[in-house]
Amino acid sequence: MTSADMGKAKSDSFYAPRKAIYPKEVDGKFRRIKWGLLAFTLAVYYLLPFVRWDRGPDAPSQAVLVDFPHRRFYFFFIEIWPQEVYYLTGLLILAALILFLMNALAGRIWCGYLCPQTVWTDLYLSAERWIEGDARERARKDAGPRSAKIWREKIAKHALWLLIAWWTGGAWVLYFADAPTLVYELATFQPGISEAYIWIGILTFTTYMLAGHMREQVCLYMCPWPRIQAALTDEYALNVTYRYDRGEPRMSLKQASALRAAGAPVGDCVDCDQCVAVCPTGVDIRKGASLGCVQCGLCIDACDSVMAKIGRSQSLIAYDTQMNCDRRRKGEAPLYKPLRARTLIYAALIVAIGALMSVKLATRDDSRLSVLHDRNPLAVTLKDGAVRNAYTIRFANMSAEPRRFLLETSGVEGAEVEIVGVEPDAEGRMIVGVGADQTRETRVLVTWRGARKTKGQTPILFTSKDVESDAAISMRDVFVTP
Amino acid sequence: MSTREAHSEAVRIDPHTKTTTTGHEWDGIEELDTPLPRWWVVTFYATILWSIGYFLAYPALPTLEGGTQGLIGWHSRASVARDMEQLNEIRGPVLERLANAPLEEIEARPQLLSAVRALGAAAFANNCAGCHGAGAQGAKGYPNLNDDDWLWGGKLSDIRRTIEHGVRWDADKDTRSETMPAFGRDGLLDAKQISLVADQLRAMAKLPGGMATAQGAKLFDDNCSVCHGVDGKGNRDMGAPNLTDALWLFGSDKETIASRIANGGGGVMPAWKDRLDEPTIKALAIYVHTLGGGE
Ligand code: SF4
Ligand code: SF4
Repeated sequence: MTSADMGKAKSDSFYAPRKAIYPKEVDGKFRRIKWGLLAFTLAVYYLLPFVRWDRGPDAPSQAVLVDFPHRRFYFFFIEIWPQEVYYLTGLLILAALILFLMNALAGRIWCGYLCPQTVWTDLYLSAERWIEGDARERARKDAGPRSAKIWREKIAKHALWLLIAWWTGGAWVLYFADAPTLVYELATFQPGISEAYIWIGILTFTTYMLAGHMREQVCLYMCPWPRIQAALTDEYALNVTYRYDRGEPRMSLKQASALRAAGAPVGDCVDCDQCVAVCPTGVDIRKGASLGCVQCGLCIDACDSVMAKIGRSQSLIAYDTQMNCDRRRKGEAPLYKPLRARTLIYAALIVAIGALMSVKLATRDDSRLSVLHDRNPLAVTLKDGAVRNAYTIRFANMSAEPRRFLLETSGVEGAEVEIVGVEPDAEGRMIVGVGADQTRETRVLVTWRGARKTKGQTPILFTSKDVESDAAISMRDVFVTP
Repeated sequence: MSTREAHSEAVRIDPHTKTTTTGHEWDGIEELDTPLPRWWVVTFYATILWSIGYFLAYPALPTLEGGTQGLIGWHSRASVARDMEQLNEIRGPVLERLANAPLEEIEARPQLLSAVRALGAAAFANNCAGCHGAGAQGAKGYPNLNDDDWLWGGKLSDIRRTIEHGVRWDADKDTRSETMPAFGRDGLLDAKQISLVADQLRAMAKLPGGMATAQGAKLFDDNCSVCHGVDGKGNRDMGAPNLTDALWLFGSDKETIASRIANGGGGVMPAWKDRLDEPTIKALAIYVHTLGGGE
């Protein structure tokens, strides 16, 4: 708990009870942005599995699909094979850099607007409000005796929460199988999909616990980002800031008009505590920057509506910096520097890595070749004294049509090459057919019958050439003479 | 609680946060005894309860004979059996195709071939690698199965028969039973004659230092050519190796050759017919055949 919550002195208990927070409803600019983002992110999450994408008859038609049994990841026009997981690494690096850039520009906007913890908590809070009423009512109901009506409401609330949680888990599993089919199977209780039920169960539980019960405690105790964020930030990053240079000394309206008449200094904050009342994490932003503040901007909305009511200017709480408050107090002009070394470096890195990944993705080979030399034995002597090396060569065809690859070797001139199970064609060429989106493993025997080479290794190059397009890939290995 | 009291004189309430300190102090820096959040403590106790349940449900305590069995009757052997069942279910279609396909046709079907080779490789590692080596590379007296030198034949049907009935495996009446006489031990040749034959053989194989003599040639004709052939090229019906090629199962130095002539005999391989099922034997035959030397 934050220090403020500790309130009364010493407790000898091993745990601190959570102080209940009843965030009040508020309307305003940031609340509307949050509603918009909430609707957008949830719509993406729940509906994306149903988006179709035509990849031809033999491939799944789901736009986003993690296909574990076949070890493929599909994302619209991109298909990732397991050996290409580095794209995922690249994506994670990109995500981290974007997070850092957001942080350098405006602090924890990720936390306030986009983090699933925030989005789902927001959703749960609105469900709670809808059933049990707004903050004051809920606090009253929790404090007073439990009537039958209150019990009914509580049951309804938890049922609704569980329903949302169940949907959350339900949408999750749809990313791992054909969504319409799985929905049908789930709805008709088909057997053999117990894994789906288990995952739905797990996500139902975590969603219900995290968004319904733990809420801001996740941000306070569990999430690493606030800690990392605090270490990454600087004095120019915009944060939800109470402009104490303008707000202090705070006092009630009545007091203010009296003092103003007397010519004494008067702050704009009327000490109405609305900013605290709406805060989903129970922070008083007027005490300054706090680990508990997720930068959601709702206190700005609350304060703005108070200021509008009493006819004072907006933005007593605003995205600003503590440095600027100090500068204004000293009569200096505020300083805003969105373009500074760290934002430029982050942006440059994002562009560079993004470009690198796109180029890599656009120009990647749609076939692959891997060569594995037999390790035991490294080389075999045949009865006529010839030396043979065996290799396991895998051809991967990552395109949507079946293809034929011609295998050629160079380096050991005059060596005979055979592929087990593949007959050479009329011209003696070794052609391996590989089905669409498949790999084919072959055993390749390279035999040297010429004058006996000296003991050691000779480099050998295997080249797989697409018979139609002539596109070639090569892999290096060695030919071992015992 | 007692530890708290023990150093309670150092424990105080921090005026700023109103939290108790732990009483630890380093260079004037004190540590706050901030309590744990309730959910954390509840989770902690829940894990303890869980472990008790786990303890009761699953085999846990060792006793003098065995151990507690657990209330839900879980057994590691049962889960292995279940896994095996699942595995067989997955392998089922391949095994069925393997059982139905004639041995000679499997290699022409790429998909079946790679599945069968995988099965064969696993069966080889379990049953054959002990003598022939993990990569079938062989050892002295144990044939390398990667090369093209076959004692009993390198066609699929030959390999299959060797696997099924073994070599010099008396328990199997169809085993490949021909054996080389012990020329020295049984007094068929004396030491000098053996030495002459060894020199003769090394000359026939064009090994450096080999020495062909009229006497050696005659001894070879009289004693060896029945099985190994007049030209020494061997005879697979007898398991008699080709003595003119580059590969020597036991070694090509004179001493080894002389000892082989003196002691005769040959390697033994078990018959696998009653130990492995038919698809496995087929898979092994394919695997060995496709190692490189298959005919
Ligand atoms: S603190 Fe962590 S969990 Fe909370 S909103 Fe920020 S990122 Fe999300
Ligand atoms: S202090 Fe304001 S910005 Fe921070 S979490 Fe609370 S309401 Fe949101």
